[in-house]
Amino acid sequence: MSTQNTHPVAYVRREMLDPAAPPPGQTGVIRWMRENLVSSWFNAILTFVALYVIWYVLSGILPWTLNGIWNATSLNDCRAIRDARGLESAACWAVINERWLQILFGFYPTDDPLLARLFHGEALAAAGGVDTVFNGGLNATQRIEFVSAMKNQTSNGLILFFGYWRPMLALLLLVVAVAPVLYSSLPRSMLLFSLAYPFVAFFLLWGGSVWLPVLVALGLVACILIGRTLASRFGMLGGTLGGLLAFLLIFMNPLSFLGITGVFPLLPTVQGVFDSILPWGLAAVSSDQFGGFMLAIIIGTSGIVLSLPLGIALALGRQSSMPLIQWVCVAFIEVIRGVPLIVWLFTASLLLNYFLPPGTSFDLLLRVIIMVTLFASAYLAEVVRGGLAALPNGQYEAANSLGLDYWKSMRLIILPQALKISIPGIVNTFIGLFKDTTLVVFIGLRDPLGLTNAIRATSEWNGIYWELYIFVGLLFFTFCFFMSRYSMYLEQRLRTDHR
Amino acid sequence: MAEATDPPRESFRLSQLLYDARYRSMTIQVVAAILIMLLLVELVDNTVTNLAALGKDIRFGFLWSTAGYDINQQLIPFTSQDTHARAAVVGILNTLVVAVLGCILATIIGVLAGVLRLSSNWLVARIMTFYVEAMRNTPLLIWILIVFAVMTEATPQPRDFREGGSASLILWDSVAISNRGVYIPRPIWAEGSMLVVAVFILSVIGIFILRNVARKRQQDTGQILPVFRLSLALFFLPTLLAYFVMGRPVTLEMPELGGFNFAGGIQIRNSFIALWLALSLYTSAFIAEIVRSGILAVSKGQTEAAFALGIQPNRTMQLIILPQALRVIIPPLISQYLNLTKNSSLAIAVGYMDVRSTLGGITINQTGRELEGMLLLGIFYLITSLIISSAMNFYNSSVKLKER
Amino acid sequence: MNKKVFLGALTVAGLAAGASAAATLDDVKARGSLKCGSNEGLAGFAAPDANGVWQGFDVSLCRAIAAAVLGDAQAVEFVPLTSQTRFTALAAGEVDVLIRNSTWTFSRDTDLKLDFKGVNYYDGQGFMVRSDIGVSSAKELDGTTVCIQTGTTTELNLADYFRVNNISYEPVPVATNAEGQQQYLAGACDVYTTDISGLAATRATFENASEHVILPEVVSKEPLGPAVRHGDSEWGDIVGWTLSALIAAEEYGVTSANVSELSANPTANPEINRLLGTEGELGAMIGLDKDWAARAIAAVGNYGEVFERNIGEATPIGLARGLNAQWTDGGLLYAAPFR
Repeated sequence: MSTQNTHPVAYVRREMLDPAAPPPGQTGVIRWMRENLVSSWFNAILTFVALYVIWYVLSGILPWTLNGIWNATSLNDCRAIRDARGLESAACWAVINERWLQILFGFYPTDDPLLARLFHGEALAAAGGVDTVFNGGLNATQRIEFVSAMKNQTSNGLILFFGYWRPMLALLLLVVAVAPVLYSSLPRSMLLFSLAYPFVAFFLLWGGSVWLPVLVALGLVACILIGRTLASRFGMLGGTLGGLLAFLLIFMNPLSFLGITGVFPLLPTVQGVFDSILPWGLAAVSSDQFGGFMLAIIIGTSGIVLSLPLGIALALGRQSSMPLIQWVCVAFIEVIRGVPLIVWLFTASLLLNYFLPPGTSFDLLLRVIIMVTLFASAYLAEVVRGGLAALPNGQYEAANSLGLDYWKSMRLIILPQALKISIPGIVNTFIGLFKDTTLVVFIGLRDPLGLTNAIRATSEWNGIYWELYIFVGLLFFTFCFFMSRYSMYLEQRLRTDHR
Repeated sequence: MAEATDPPRESFRLSQLLYDARYRSMTIQVVAAILIMLLLVELVDNTVTNLAALGKDIRFGFLWSTAGYDINQQLIPFTSQDTHARAAVVGILNTLVVAVLGCILATIIGVLAGVLRLSSNWLVARIMTFYVEAMRNTPLLIWILIVFAVMTEATPQPRDFREGGSASLILWDSVAISNRGVYIPRPIWAEGSMLVVAVFILSVIGIFILRNVARKRQQDTGQILPVFRLSLALFFLPTLLAYFVMGRPVTLEMPELGGFNFAGGIQIRNSFIALWLALSLYTSAFIAEIVRSGILAVSKGQTEAAFALGIQPNRTMQLIILPQALRVIIPPLISQYLNLTKNSSLAIAVGYMDVRSTLGGITINQTGRELEGMLLLGIFYLITSLIISSAMNFYNSSVKLKER
Repeated sequence: MNKKVFLGALTVAGLAAGASAAATLDDVKARGSLKCGSNEGLAGFAAPDANGVWQGFDVSLCRAIAAAVLGDAQAVEFVPLTSQTRFTALAAGEVDVLIRNSTWTFSRDTDLKLDFKGVNYYDGQGFMVRSDIGVSSAKELDGTTVCIQTGTTTELNLADYFRVNNISYEPVPVATNAEGQQQYLAGACDVYTTDISGLAATRATFENASEHVILPEVVSKEPLGPAVRHGDSEWGDIVGWTLSALIAAEEYGVTSANVSELSANPTANPEINRLLGTEGELGAMIGLDKDWAARAIAAVGNYGEVFERNIGEATPIGLARGLNAQWTDGGLLYAAPFR
């Protein structure tokens, strides 16, 4: 009670003392070290051992790394420079300096006319102008000589941004396309671009006529619209059949078994018309020329994106009440997951053409993408199944009690929630798949590791490997590390239980 | 007074197949079955046509023809005159060996790393975080290549072990670590050694019995036996006793430097070690995360409750935390084992002769029977992983929380 | 047929490669480029430079074929194939011709359904060892560790040779030449065995090449040559005769320097005239025009020039002609007459 305090008592202090400073061992760095490094004898020993390990590793690696030689033309050159400097060991980073564009892009062609116009206008004019050099005036050998001379005078940085603007732009747009999926705060209308992105990327990377991807996209939209219109008039069956028929007419030739060709499919006919009116496009690039880190990104991304619909279908099928559907889905998932990816890749490389109709042959990259898609879909199915299982039963019951049919309840109630909680799992699957793309080296695709083999086969760089492995490893690490950080952040945010 | 009547029986109409929920699933399944059958027929038909066009057929007779190539690591005897089938078996055994040993080592490192990541020592926890992130975010293939390069570059050649060379055997001249592999002593079983082995096996059985007795006794009476010390004694003493009583029947054959290589002893090849280490290190990072999250998953209240009951810290770990953490840890752990087994097919990168390299590699290449070879290879991996995942399902159902 | 329908859709999508039916020549012409199955990287034989342009002995033959068929030596897409995937890739139609130091053997020619169209390099399997281990003959290699490329004929030759001579050895299988070289240099194997040309190419790049010797024994015959799919004889003729043209050109003294001069007007030598198309209609017989051989020679030079430029004694590889000399010089090169 305050009234009691009014009586002064001699032995009660009237005013507060300033707090005393903590003892020296209990503050700042020292306290932190005491608590975190030497809290007990055992801990102190651990700290000591850890410090020794760090010192041992760094003392081995750092001098080699930091003394590295950046400017040399061959491994022997590097060795000579090293000996001249009197160093015991030194990394020969010159190989990275010379070949990093190759490791990133493989033998993907650069946009030579653009480079020539921008940076070597005089040389180009001297050689006879763009049309002479690149459009038939010179023969291939002369052209390659011109381009080689030009590239030797252009810095790699300029080549990266102007020579490889197509893959760089595709990568940039990939980020834009993925952003609305990953960050829900962005406007939903950006998802439209995400849907269009595969066609944009195809056009940028493979080139060719601009009308092909545009018309394919429009064709798909047309199929869906026709299906919807018919469905509203004739019911679901009519809609589905109508959509399928439209698909057949646009993309295939349903009359071919009668021996009638030329009318259908509609797509190439329409494309021909557009091409003759507005021949827009980029120089076509064949799949053989894809390589390097870009190849890993293409295989990984398209594998995950293409496998999403299949993976969701498999997950739903696995939960289905129809025994046959369930059995087929389980068998597919288990068979795919039970066999290592490298065996599937060899299957793609050695066998896939046997399973296709006689006379068909896809190129290796496409076969690998098909196989990787099937492979990833089995893993995605398990991730999505986890998401479906995590939803409380009440959600299913609520959907049923509203009278929604199966597809509507899935589309409107179940899948949006299930997919949202599956995103971290999907990102993890992507990281795994992305790392596994290195295996394509065994079937002869030029991924970064395959390119290290090719680089080591040249007489200049024969016998070098640490520098290449480290560079490739760091590339993958950087990419995967940030992806996994992101997935952890997402998990954190999606975690709604408070513990 | 109304009389209850049956509703009028509708006759079956064809549209019911589509619009009646009772029949629709049947319709869908029949349609799906037909489509799947058509797809399979198409695939088989294509394959047969394509093979015929190339003048090939599907036959497994090549398995019984002479292989013609040598395999360095063989758990069963194999020469180049044996059949392709035997080469496949040698490869299968090699795959299984690296998979089993890899699982064991990965578990040890993984548990250690997972526990150390939770350590209160800041430095150690950081180092372990770095280790786990570096391992997890770099492709396994690169790790295999790096470990292999370290194994061949950083270890001495056999000729360095000669007089005046820079390298020497370690562990009392019994183990040689060279860039062709690690040579360890080979035990030579003389007469009477079987008895020593029998005693050892008996004492291991004894340890299990002891543990059961101790547990029962604790549950009945509350008394605790010093199980660990007793087992330790039981493990070593009888065997050593038998060994000396029988006049030391087991001797060791030490590796010695012969003409070009070490002779004697057992050679553990570099390709094996590189694959084994890389697989274990890579998988251990994932196991570390599993262990860490497993331990974190046990709520702190459990520990506090155990302490409140007066249970000692180490017994709290043993009786309260671990059983609950294991329930969370084991299923993903087993799927990591599955991954490790499948990843062992990367043996191709270091020239380790696993089943993919023998049956799926050289045999296919020499005989041109890629379809048959890949089929057999796929079946082998499928069976292996089905066995592992059924073990997981068995465990899952045995530890499942009994819900009411 | 439903499948044709599906195929149509994918062709439209621009991703399907051409059908691998019989007429490879038509495919190549329609595509405007030659798909050549090549090594992933073997110094002197096939390797890309910093600008991604392929160089090498095998590469030159690919370019010669492209020059003969398409008139453009650069119109070649090189498809790097591993030793394990090369024959399947050819059989599946992924490449038009396989020029990847592949040995011509009975079973490959028959059972694997390939056709070898001549020999562009006569090779043999040899052994390379460090000179300081004091071995002068392969018979003294008892107890050694041998690095060997897997998926090749060398594997079988090695097993045979050591078994017949009752020598024990330990095989260390490696996937690529680069890896084998790394293992051998680190001392993980005493012996590196592959084709002698490959050994020489590898040895040439060593820091101290003089510390390594190639043993005198040649334990096998390894005729390396271009292979095509079985059953397309016309295409096979083109490949085979382009190689023959390069060999014959050397024999008759036609070089890349004088070929334009020689092919402008008929010369005194009727063989040269028929080869270069100033006489007769040889080109039409294989579905090409009459300048085909002249173009091939102008693009890459004759066999001797290709050899000297890529693997000859003036290059780091430093191979002598040996068996690969003209028959007139005691070698095995013997082009069939152009008649």
